This record gives sequence, structure tokens and C-alpha cells, in this order.
Amino acid sequence: MGLEDLYREIILDHYRSPRNRGELESPPAVRVEGYNPLCGDEIVVFVDVQDGVVADLKIGGQGCSISQSSASMMSAAVKGRTVPEARAVIRAFKAMMSIHEQRLDSEAEAEAEARAAEMAEVKLGDLEALQGVVRFPVRIKCATLSWNTLQQGLDEAGAAQAG
Amino acid sequence: MTLDVARLQKDFPILDRARPGGSRLVYLDSAASSQKPQCVLDAMTRYYETTHANVHRGVYGIAEEATRLMEEARDKVARFIGAAQSREVIFAKNGTECLNLVANAWGRANLRAGDAVLLTEIEHHANLVPWLMLREQLGIELRYIPLGDDGHLDLSGLDRLVDGVRLVGITAMSNVLGTLTPVRRIADAAHAAGAVVVVDGAQYAPHLPTDVGTLGADFFAFTGHKLLGPTGIGVLWGRAELLEAMPPFLGGGEMIRDVRLDGYTPNELPWKFEAGTPPIAETIGLGAAVDYLVALGMDAVRAHEVELTGYALRTLTARFGPDMRIYGPSDPAERGGVISFSFKDIHPHDISQVLDQSGVCVRAGHHCAKPLMRRLGIGATARASFYVYNDEADVDALADALDATSAFFS
Repeated sequence: MGLEDLYREIILDHYRSPRNRGELESPPAVRVEGYNPLCGDEIVVFVDVQDGVVADLKIGGQGCSISQSSASMMSAAVKGRTVPEARAVIRAFKAMMSIHEQRLDSEAEAEAEARAAEMAEVKLGDLEALQGVVRFPVRIKCATLSWNTLQQGLDEAGAAQAG
Repeated sequence: MTLDVARLQKDFPILDRARPGGSRLVYLDSAASSQKPQCVLDAMTRYYETTHANVHRGVYGIAEEATRLMEEARDKVARFIGAAQSREVIFAKNGTECLNLVANAWGRANLRAGDAVLLTEIEHHANLVPWLMLREQLGIELRYIPLGDDGHLDLSGLDRLVDGVRLVGITAMSNVLGTLTPVRRIADAAHAAGAVVVVDGAQYAPHLPTDVGTLGADFFAFTGHKLLGPTGIGVLWGRAELLEAMPPFLGGGEMIRDVRLDGYTPNELPWKFEAGTPPIAETIGLGAAVDYLVALGMDAVRAHEVELTGYALRTLTARFGPDMRIYGPSDPAERGGVISFSFKDIHPHDISQVLDQSGVCVRAGHHCAKPLMRRLGIGATARASFYVYNDEADVDALADALDATSAFFS
């Protein structure tokens, strides 16, 4: 299991030249912070939802190459999408990142099928480069940090508009 | 009075472990947990193979033998840290549990709302969170000795800070900066103010000759697995009169003299604080680790680490210049063999991951000292730490692997 499985060229490219780096005025954008308690990484996601569409999204904070490139690729993947589409990408990405744990009950099979269905739902494209992270379990939290933070941002944006 | 490192490396079977790609294991994470010499592993296996029975109960041969082995280990540990009596040595699960014992047993019996406890900014979470919990539960006040910019504690405000405090909790050596703290000076000020002194010796006891009396401690906590011993065994030393006046911490078997349906009488020291079946094999393993270190000589252990730390500071500075930022005191005589660093703008996680390809194991993260990380204005560091089995070739391997890391991310 070599380093190239983890640090694919496209990941290093996003790390060196992160997309959508910066801040948005909040409000109207929602600002959410995410922390990785393991390593102290912190990420800030600014997400501006207009008429049910992720109109703009910016990433701030600091972290390792995996968390930074994952955030950059995420921003490119969801910007301009509708909120349901963005949520589908989040689900598919998190499904790809989940460790296939050994389960003792029959739910395991059903869970695996549900995961496959989620992943089939959307094309992850470049994001599939991050699949190698699953083989380095301590780094999974690095890869999913921005996604969990975005999910929370979409929840808050939805709540703000409903209110 | 020097260590024959090449010879003693043969005592550590893990250092022979074959690795993918044929690189040797360069273990630079002993501040997190040390490796174990064969004699420690053998002592534990031999105990299970020949002597295992529960201690302090059985009236038959192997049970008496197990009890004797465990109590001999207590005697060894007592001598190792200069304790006046073996009954002042209490075994617990780890260093963290020892500090929780002090906070709960001494703290709850002696602290009231508004009472002040003085800690330092560089404490490990193990000597912070138990006191933060007491602050929540009892309403005590917490004060902190700050860190100066030179990597040492700033004692300029000590007289004011220590005034009126009931307890002072201080690490003897920072697990992040390597800083050796002026324990005696702080302890003297604490005692003059009428306070009790708890010393976190987790990083100190494995690496420097330790005498709890000379340090001026009232309590001294450390853990076995950082001291060539097994996991699952920690040591709390406390002055007998303090331990005797304290209520027990955990309740159950072993820690009682009598139990009635309407009450209990606690056992005498040290068993009063050792509820339940103790980690017998681990205690015996720790005793073997202490024997091993005593045979090497703790003065020689310390001298080796000062030398190696000096070599590492010189090598890393010479090879990487301004790309390498090393935290903590610059004089190896004022620090232990713990080197936390930032390297270029490469995240510590990435450094650690790439170093692993060369068999070099370093720690990356906040090292369970988040307030210190905030004080330093960083999220994480990479940390290389040394012990008796490390040598200059390990430092060179670290530097070479850092070159490879730099190339990878450029």
C-alpha cells in the first residue's frame, strides 16, 4: 500500500491550488465551522443558498492535504447544484468513505445495498480519487470534515429560510 | 557512564520487525509509548505460565507467590522514585487515572467552592480535565502559570498566583516542548502558601533520575508504558499522611477491611486505593522494566538523551534552516528528548504519513495539550521523541525522510 494510493495527483493538485478558497459575507451566506478533534484541523464553510440552489460556496480554515483537497473538490462538486443534488453528492461521498465494518447481524447486507444505491445515485467523478483514503482509516475523518460541515451548513440555510 | 545503544537495541524485539520495502523501524514516538525489552515480556509470560493466581487472597502456594511478586514490584518502584515507604506507592490503570484519583479523593475532601487550584499552561489534558471537572462540580477557581516565549514557564507572577491556593498541579516535563520545569522552586512557593503539590511525572520518571523528596512533590504520578513497561499500569506516589487522610477513590474488593450492610471500613495503604483485582502481570512487568533501567543507570539514560537531543537539534537546524521550526528550549540540558516541530508549511499529518514510508514513526497532532497549542498559535505539530534505544542513525533517518517529504509536497 503505497503513498500514491493516498496522495493521488489530483488530490495534490487541489491541495496546492485550492478552489473556492475565501469567505462570503454572512448573512446572507451561512458560516459553519468544523473541527477534527484528532488533529486540531479546523475548516470554515461559507454557503450561500439562493432559491434552492447552492449559489456560492467558499472554504476557509487550515488542515492537512487530505482535508484541504477534499474541501476544495467538494466545493467544485456542489457549487451551482440544487440543494437536493448537493445532499445526494454528500451522501454518496460519505458512503464511499464509510469503512466496511464486519456486522454480526443480517442488517449488514441491507446496509451494503443501501450504500451501493447511494453511490450509484450520483457520479462522483474526480472525488473518486479520494477513495484510497479508506485504506488509511485514521485519515477518513480528514476527508469527511468539510462534508459534515457543509451538511450542517445546508441544514442551517434550510432552517433560516423556513423561519 | 554511557549507554551501549547498539547492544541494548538487541533487547527490543520489535526493532527487528521486518517492514515492507525492507526499511528498518525508526521508532521516534516513545513520549507516546515506549517499546518493551524482552525481559519485561518474559517476566509477564513467565508469571502467567507458572504463577498466576489472584493476589492477597489465596492461602495456597501460587497465590502467595503471585502476591509476593506483585509486592516486590511495588518495592522496586518505591526505590526507583525515592519513596520513603512502599505503602506510599499505589498502582492504578495509567497516569491519567492517578491524577483523577488525586482530584477526586483529595480534591473532593479538601476543596470547596471558591478554593483556588494553580496549574500551568503546558499541562497535558490528564492534569487539566480532572480539575476542569472539579471546577464544574464544586465551583473551584483555576489559575495558570503562563508559558514564556523562551519555552520555559514564566514565573514572574508566581508569588501572586500561588497566594491563597490549596493545590498546585504541575508537569515535571512538557510532553510537547520537552521543557523541564522548575518543580522544586514552584513546590517551595506552593508549600509556603500552604498548598499541596501534585506532579505529573509521566514524561519525567522514564527519562531522568527521580527522587520525589528532592522534587518537593506531595503526589507524583506516572505510567508504566512510557517507561519500558506494559500498558495498563500507572503509579501514584503520595505522602503517607496525605493518603491516609484521604477517602478512597474507587470502591470494591481489596480496598476494604470490613463491609457491613450499613457501611464499610477502608483497607490500609496502599490497598485502600486499589479496588478490585489489580493488573498483576502488568505490575510484575513494570517491576522488570524498573530493574532494566536501574541496571542501565538513570544518570546514563539522561546523559544519552541530552547528547542525542543535542545532536538532533544541531542536525535538523543545520539541514533545514528556516524551513524547520523547533518549539521549546534550545539548550538540551533544559529539556527532555522530545522535539516538536513545524516543517515548511506541510501539515504534521502529512509529514507523519510520508515519514512512515521510510519506517520513521513520529507523532502528529495536538499531543493532548490543546491549550498549549492555542498558546503557540498552531493547530498541531509533528513530534519526534527519543529513548534508550535511539541513536544518531535514527536522527539521520528522520532528516533523510524529511527531505523526501519536502520533495513529495513541493
